[in-house]
Amino acid sequence: MSKIVIDIRKKTYPARHGSGEHVAIKNLRIELGAGEFVCLVGPSGCGKTTLLNLIAGLDRQFEGVIGTGAGVAPRIAYMFQNPRLLPWRTVRENIDLALPDSQYGGDVDHLLDVMGLAESQGQYPERLSLGMSRRVALVRAFAIQPTLLLMDEPFVSLDAPTARRVRQLLIRVWQERPHTVLFVTHDLREAITLADRLLFLSAPPTSLLHEVTVDIPRPAREDEAVVEAFRNRLITGHPEISELL
Amino acid sequence: MRSALQHPIFSSLLFLLLWQGLSSLLVSPALPTPAEVFHELYGETASGQLPFHLWKTLQRLLLSFGLAMGLGSLIGIFLGRHEKLDRFFDNWLVIFLNIPALVTIILCYVWFGLTELAAISAVVANKLPNVVVTVREGARALDRDLLEMALAYRFGRWKTLRHVIWPQLFPYLIGAARTGIALTWKIILVVELLGRSNGMGYQLHLFFQMFNVAGILAYTIAFVLVIQCIETLILKPLDRHAKRWRR
Repeated sequence: MSKIVIDIRKKTYPARHGSGEHVAIKNLRIELGAGEFVCLVGPSGCGKTTLLNLIAGLDRQFEGVIGTGAGVAPRIAYMFQNPRLLPWRTVRENIDLALPDSQYGGDVDHLLDVMGLAESQGQYPERLSLGMSRRVALVRAFAIQPTLLLMDEPFVSLDAPTARRVRQLLIRVWQERPHTVLFVTHDLREAITLADRLLFLSAPPTSLLHEVTVDIPRPAREDEAVVEAFRNRLITGHPEISELL
Repeated sequence: MRSALQHPIFSSLLFLLLWQGLSSLLVSPALPTPAEVFHELYGETASGQLPFHLWKTLQRLLLSFGLAMGLGSLIGIFLGRHEKLDRFFDNWLVIFLNIPALVTIILCYVWFGLTELAAISAVVANKLPNVVVTVREGARALDRDLLEMALAYRFGRWKTLRHVIWPQLFPYLIGAARTGIALTWKIILVVELLGRSNGMGYQLHLFFQMFNVAGILAYTIAFVLVIQCIETLILKPLDRHAKRWRR
């Protein structure tokens, strides 16, 4: 594993009738250390999803480079805002389909167990609750053993207890098998709970506004008061951040 | 009593009863009794005439139906995925959709002669635009989110086609098949009547000239039964299979 460099000089959307050319991202450079958990924080509509789509290779229309120093393309897993499961395939089939041929089977059973989905693997996704579908999407992302995991506000619109539980599961599996995570959120508390490092993004054209290392030891982050205190210090120290959120 | 009234057998019996009543009231060769029709049906089946002509028509049906579905699906998917081409060819489709079946049939016979090729092409040309329009709808409605997911997880062409695209198109294909089979066989009869020397259409033409209404009805019953079997034994189960994942 090596670090991943994302250097986007310019990403524009062509002019559509009614509006001119829209510059979504400009001069954004991010370095992700190997095995690092990084949270991107920014206002909604600040081009976070655009950025993830660029990294995932879904959109190749941009100026800049994304890559590892070693020249080996990272194996990327992408957890979208909505679970995006194939409704006509069972939970298990959805996960198995994402696996590269060389890696069939693998530790899917273990992951299903950890996420509490072992019983539901024969079900079709439409019969699952949103929380369960999110967990399936998470298992799918982990199962391919990515070197880079992209997550786009994956826990939005989950109720608070479920979101907390899934967040804990995420950290648990990430610690079992460390890999680089780029996690997008607009919830600062969530970001502080999860990340090694926070990156604050500006409104479009998106660029890097500020960078903060979260130095709270992981076990201490279970305590909401600690997270809250860190957040308050951050906001009083950097008033420009509170304007973003 | 009420549930008995709703049973399909009851409604069929009532239909036969009405038919019997009407025909014994009229006593005319224009409306034979059910018994006469079934006697004719038996006679024609036993002589081998009906199975022969029915099989000829079914062969044409399967061949032209298969061709129309295959070609129509390819064109439909292509147009559904390429917006510019679709806009360009949309007018063509509208024109082809509105050409009366009889015109296509006559033109095919004029251009290709009274041959089997002409007969098959006439049926295909009639059915094709319908398939294209239905499948194009499906291809336009493909879920972008899922296609992106497949791309992000490096599904590759074959996996994407089989697990992401095909299941989304399948209901449209079945829809096209179900309306298609009913439409196709009606057109085939006209094709046979105008330019073939075997098949259901040819036989019906013969019966018409001999004023043999019992024969016409006997062939009709046989054919309706066969088509109904295709519908309930093949198409309906396929449809159910495609919908099994729905809540």
